[in-house]
Amino acid sequence: MGVFDIVGPIMIGPSSSHTAGAARLGKLARTILGEEPAAATIILYGSFARTYRGHGTDKALIGGLLNYAADNPLIKQSYNLAQEAGIAIVFQPSDREVAHPNTVEFQLRGKSGKTSVITGMSIGGGQIIVSQIDGFPVELTGDYPSLITIHMDTPGVIANVTHTLAEAGINIAQMKVSRQLRGADALMILETDQAIPTPVIDVIRAMTAIKIAMAIPPL
Amino acid sequence: MFTFKTIAELVDLATQKQLPLSEIVWRWETERSGETPDIIWEKMRLRLDAIKESAYAGIQEKNKTFNNLVGGDAYRTNQQTYLLGPTAKKALVYALAVSEVNANMGKIVACPTAGSCGIVPGALLAAAEQLGCSDEVLVRALFTAAGIGAVIAQNASVSGAVGGCQAECGSAAAMAAGAVVEMLGGAPEQSAHAMALALKNTLGLVCDPVAGLVEVPCVKRNGFIAVHSLVGAEMALSGVESAIPVDEVIDAMYRIGLALPASLRETAEAGLAKTPTAVAITEKLLKPVLVCCVFLFQWV
Repeated sequence: MGVFDIVGPIMIGPSSSHTAGAARLGKLARTILGEEPAAATIILYGSFARTYRGHGTDKALIGGLLNYAADNPLIKQSYNLAQEAGIAIVFQPSDREVAHPNTVEFQLRGKSGKTSVITGMSIGGGQIIVSQIDGFPVELTGDYPSLITIHMDTPGVIANVTHTLAEAGINIAQMKVSRQLRGADALMILETDQAIPTPVIDVIRAMTAIKIAMAIPPL
Repeated sequence: MFTFKTIAELVDLATQKQLPLSEIVWRWETERSGETPDIIWEKMRLRLDAIKESAYAGIQEKNKTFNNLVGGDAYRTNQQTYLLGPTAKKALVYALAVSEVNANMGKIVACPTAGSCGIVPGALLAAAEQLGCSDEVLVRALFTAAGIGAVIAQNASVSGAVGGCQAECGSAAAMAAGAVVEMLGGAPEQSAHAMALALKNTLGLVCDPVAGLVEVPCVKRNGFIAVHSLVGAEMALSGVESAIPVDEVIDAMYRIGLALPASLRETAEAGLAKTPTAVAITEKLLKPVLVCCVFLFQWV
């Protein structure tokens, strides 16, 4: 809790949780997809589902998918701008009960055809948590530079990655590893204090057990 | 070290070091973040710029918001003065202006939240214009306000969903009152009394927004409470003291918030939100959504 959590963020209104947080979720989802989206189905839960239109949550989510920051005035016109950019967007409010009232699921297809399903929550004051990527449980806040890997669930992979980061002088702030089945694919998320330079990502990407390695800059 | 967990500790630090509250908060953030004092100052100055931009833009706006519930009231109120003195009048107008910009999806600075974003700007800009203060004084006042808000957020809450409107608009009132006292050269203890007085008088305020939107009663309430915070500052500067110390008032606010039913904490399930008119507004606002979804579905 710092002074700029109180006098701040600078944001497009009207709600830090329903607008600013929504824009940040959209932007982080696009970053995780790793390319410009061509189509997005956006499923809204809880309070998002009930009040999304009045709070401009829809416009903010689209704005985020267009890579706008939470203080970008273009958010207000994001429907038109998404259409111009050739992004097809569908909103589906759901009445299914969820753990957090402001939850959203993005089903994204990128311009290259790549797909990703990302679930996130807006937890207040514009703060967010991405809680699931392609079925893997994660915890990604967008506050730190982050590294996401999808790798074979075998011994030594995590040690190799963290060793590579340590050698580059990168300190790990938080980390989480999850897997769907023993010995199958696993997903690791590392939030770091320093930005992760491309050469370091390349080294990690070249490791045999690593299938995907992705650097996510802070929002 | 410039750390504080309570307003009493903040005031003690300021008194001990013979520095204004703003200086303590600025140094605290500098130490906490590991940035240089200049960078921290510059970040706050950017927020002041955004605050001014929203206040001046809001006064010009004559139209309603896209939900058609509020809007144009800052402009309307600014046309003629009937009764209020110039400082109270400006606080009212600027607070309405910033809140309307927020409701209309414009750029604002959450302070401490988007729903309460007009109160601190209204009170501070009005006081600065009346006193002929420089931007430097305003940046300092924002540090003071932020320090007060940080203590409330840590020891209680500034979220309407947790503590009702008293946690959002009440906290903003305390932030504004304490900061305005410093702008007028009041002692740190006087700031603390102003915070306590302003916060006490918002205790119990519930969050029951019509259709769950940050519009009714939020926008007009920002106007009211900006003036209300000046009343707290005026009393404290005159030597009026709060019988209950501010940290205890903050604690009371938190406990009242927890005692409020969930229906009165931003869920729009009771109070104003369930009046017949509000229910009709909510139904009207929800209708086009279904049409829109069906349309989009067919189109895609």
